[in-house]
Amino acid sequence: MSVIVLVEHTEGNIKKKSLEAVQYAAGIAQKTGTTVSAVVLGTLADSEMENLGQYGAQKVLHVADARLDELHARAYTSALIAAAQKEGSKIIIALHDINGRAVAPRLSAKLKAGLVAGALSYPDLDKGFVIKKAVFSGKAFAFVNITSDVKVITLMPNTFQLNKGEGKATIEKLDVNFGDKDFGVKVKEVNLIKGEIPLADAQLVVSGGRGMKGPENWGLIEDLAKELGAGTACSRPVADAHWRPHHEHVGQTGGTVRPNLYIAVGISGAIQHLAGVNGSKTIVVINKDPEAPFFKAANYGVVGDALEILPRLTEAVKNFKQNHK
Amino acid sequence: MKILVCISQVPDTSTKIVLKDNNTAINNQGVTFVINPYDEWYALVRALELKEAGIASDIHLVTVGKADTEPVIRKALALGGDEAIRIDADSHDPYETANYIAEYAKTVGYDLILCGKESIDYNNGAVGAMLAELLDTDYIGFASDIQIEGNTATVKREIEGGEETDTCSLPVVIACQKGVAEARIPNMRGIMAARTRPLKVVTPGTVGSVTEILSYELPPAKAGIKMVSADNMDELVELLHAEAKVI
Repeated sequence: MSVIVLVEHTEGNIKKKSLEAVQYAAGIAQKTGTTVSAVVLGTLADSEMENLGQYGAQKVLHVADARLDELHARAYTSALIAAAQKEGSKIIIALHDINGRAVAPRLSAKLKAGLVAGALSYPDLDKGFVIKKAVFSGKAFAFVNITSDVKVITLMPNTFQLNKGEGKATIEKLDVNFGDKDFGVKVKEVNLIKGEIPLADAQLVVSGGRGMKGPENWGLIEDLAKELGAGTACSRPVADAHWRPHHEHVGQTGGTVRPNLYIAVGISGAIQHLAGVNGSKTIVVINKDPEAPFFKAANYGVVGDALEILPRLTEAVKNFKQNHK
Repeated sequence: MKILVCISQVPDTSTKIVLKDNNTAINNQGVTFVINPYDEWYALVRALELKEAGIASDIHLVTVGKADTEPVIRKALALGGDEAIRIDADSHDPYETANYIAEYAKTVGYDLILCGKESIDYNNGAVGAMLAELLDTDYIGFASDIQIEGNTATVKREIEGGEETDTCSLPVVIACQKGVAEARIPNMRGIMAARTRPLKVVTPGTVGSVTEILSYELPPAKAGIKMVSADNMDELVELLHAEAKVI
């Protein structure tokens, strides 16, 4: 009856957000009086998998098929269903990210299971199985009750603080009979942007808007980001003007970020932009216009010329790091 | 080649959300409804481009909604498309919605089903992949470029830290985002033509939902902003460390 959780890994390491998912599964297992079986797909060392015990997994089911090192949503679905059948599981958890969002809905459709996509809370069992999620791009929250017997949840990354404990998970190999259809999508080419922090997972983000005046000034954004270890983003007009690549555009029609810190430089804060960033825990706005709407959504504000303030802020971060070694 | 484009009606981006009935429902009074931007700007426009290029023969638009969603589907038809289907149901459950669309899609047999990466009201982004499962096809999400040659789709999609190019056979469900196409504005001719295009109303079978929304909540108001002098960035860094605890 264990809770099943899909674990993602890259370059031999389990992703931090998957540790969050395992910990979340452990919380649900505790509430429902069961255990956690983490599912690892593809190539990963046993020593890395055992560490999932530190976040509440009793067991790891490892499907060691190297083809699963790439996302094959149908194969992932088959593997998770095989794991759930083996364990007699009624609750399956993935992340609300690119991979989880390709797999969890398939599980829901296949198993006639209610799905909460982008969970922000543990289920409230007093009212059924009620989970909080953001709706209207963060302008409201909904409390969704899953009424089906089997339940599927995608957890919003960066929602819960990690607490490392003690423990070692036991590892069991799981063989899954995949069909040809499971690998119908063929990967032809992968282009990774070297040295960049993926925005969706970034803990810290420095973002520039039209107030940066031109692409030639982006070095100032990059310097601050580098000093902080942050990802870089931009507003829509900046991407549309080709000052920055499209994948950096955050907002209603671009990407969504949920960092601990979002520093918005020279961005006025149109409602469409806020829709992509309002999951940020702390927002700093730097803008020369004291009336910029973004200040209303910010925790900290600085009024002034971005091009003058950025080098000062970068310097201040540098000094801070030296004093806190 | 037949393409089905899934259209969702959503409140305009700038809508202020107001709750009613003891926070169990959204107050739609005075709310302007629009086509979900991802469905309109990317999925629908790419379908139209494929038709203009002679690759697609028929473009059908489908929405799940009651009669009040007809103006929005007409607006979508004004951009283009041969016919629209309204599945007569009020669903907030992606499982239910996907089942209704799958049930209809099976009666026609589409080669390509396009939808937006998610709707901007419930932000589930689940209907596309559910549809693929129900129709036993592949699914590619977060697509930024779609090319169709013969029976093969070549799709660029977002991955963590970059992009990937995938290929797969038709039929396939693809969820679109920025890059797939450039937004268009309906012109007068399209608006006039849309009036004469068929809008079919379909009564769905019984699916039943597997989730229900019990209540809503608005986020707490931001507890005031702290302004920091532009000359004192050390103070800002100290606040981010000691108070916000983010660095």
